[in-house]
Amino acid sequence: MVQKKNLIGLEHIDAHEIELILDTAVAMKEIVSRPVRKVPTLRGRTITNLFYEPSTRTRTSFELAAKFLNADVINISSSASSVVKGESLKDTVRTIEAMGTDVVIIRHPMAGAANLLTGWIEASVVNAGDGAHEHPTQGLLDLFTVREKKGVLNGLKIVIVGDILHSRVARSDIWGFLKMGASVSVCGPATMMPVGVERTGAAVSCSIDEAIKDADVIIMLRIQLERQKAGLFPSLREYARLFGLNSERLSLAKRDALVMHPGPMNRGIEISGEVADSLQSVINEQVTNGVAVRMAVLYLLAGGGDA
Amino acid sequence: MSDKMRQKAQILDKEGIRRALVRIAHEIIERNKGTEKIALIGIQRRGVPLANRLSGYIREIENKEIPVGVLDITLYRDDLTTLAHQPILRRTEVPFPVKNQKIVLVDDVIYTGRTIRAAMDAIMDLGRPNIIQLAVLVDRGHRELPIRADYIGKSTPTSSKEIVAVRLQEIDGQEGVFILGEG
Repeated sequence: MVQKKNLIGLEHIDAHEIELILDTAVAMKEIVSRPVRKVPTLRGRTITNLFYEPSTRTRTSFELAAKFLNADVINISSSASSVVKGESLKDTVRTIEAMGTDVVIIRHPMAGAANLLTGWIEASVVNAGDGAHEHPTQGLLDLFTVREKKGVLNGLKIVIVGDILHSRVARSDIWGFLKMGASVSVCGPATMMPVGVERTGAAVSCSIDEAIKDADVIIMLRIQLERQKAGLFPSLREYARLFGLNSERLSLAKRDALVMHPGPMNRGIEISGEVADSLQSVINEQVTNGVAVRMAVLYLLAGGGDA
Repeated sequence: MSDKMRQKAQILDKEGIRRALVRIAHEIIERNKGTEKIALIGIQRRGVPLANRLSGYIREIENKEIPVGVLDITLYRDDLTTLAHQPILRRTEVPFPVKNQKIVLVDDVIYTGRTIRAAMDAIMDLGRPNIIQLAVLVDRGHRELPIRADYIGKSTPTSSKEIVAVRLQEIDGQEGVFILGEG
């Protein structure tokens, strides 16, 4: 049972709640696969997508999830709102709430922004990515995809490769997989490894060949090309050589290992085109599952209790 | 169910449930002049084993396989926000097209009619059946919507303070229909 009103991160929800969300997403996926993808569950509810950072897949995924459940959806992007006139985050969300929204889905470049909102408004808050903190629905859809393919999460070896330091997806994945009983290894250049990451319970490695040995799941993270200018690694070519996933490397993992990527991909840098399109890749299924998982989250927060 | 509820009467035993279902199976065949295009859809949870049993009885009578689907109506209920803290979804699985079929909805008890209304909405979202009929094991009255069952195992007048508890081997490990009441 989800007792909480908000979904800020996977660090502070327990395995039982994660399990409920994943189980609910199974029922939602059946709806997504129907010819008429619409149920009346959230009729009369209003859901606001408040995006302070550009996003295509996450915003669209939340929008579709809300629409499949029959909610009314408002999309606000910072570039096309009063934010450009200097309105503060607090005033913006209070205005949105005064117009009668039930759920605010927020993406913000600042870690902690989603959590701040929970103190200001009565509506439920869903974190759609806050700075380098967490991206819980991406973490949940990764858990869902792996559970769907492997049948279980407990006991699996999960490897996350790339820019762990700046990745909110990595943080949510680490918390989520560890809570569900999987082991997690993180791998990337030392300059992109957060200090103290091993305190989460994840193993740390700087050698991808070592890390992906016997892995059940390999999650490749996107190299944000703008980081390259910050000098965290010498060149894209070197990064691709040392940390890129190609077919040869993939053969070190278990034969049925899954390859995942939160997208958008830089083909030829963190992942070769061949691997991205291989039978082991579940990257497109992650996108479909994202809608089902977000439907489950919206249903449990806005539909189940006294939202 | 409150702890204070006590069993006041048993209205059907194992044999009674079997007889009622066999009779309903015959009625379904008779009213539809055979089994052509008939499909059963059980409403989660106890409608599902009842639909499976009806399919079995129809097979015994007509030697025809009748498909069975499973429907969860939670997402279609009009009282969702008052379903406090029980938002658990179960499986919906209708592995056949409902378009142009004769759908027989199956549930254990018909009461206010709201569950059936929700189930009809859910089926319409899957396609357009030719006809929807309703089979229930128990009709306990107190309708809040203009809905009636086509096939009824047993009609039992009840007080709205009472509970009709259907217990089936597949889910509860025992068989019987009971009236529970306070005191």
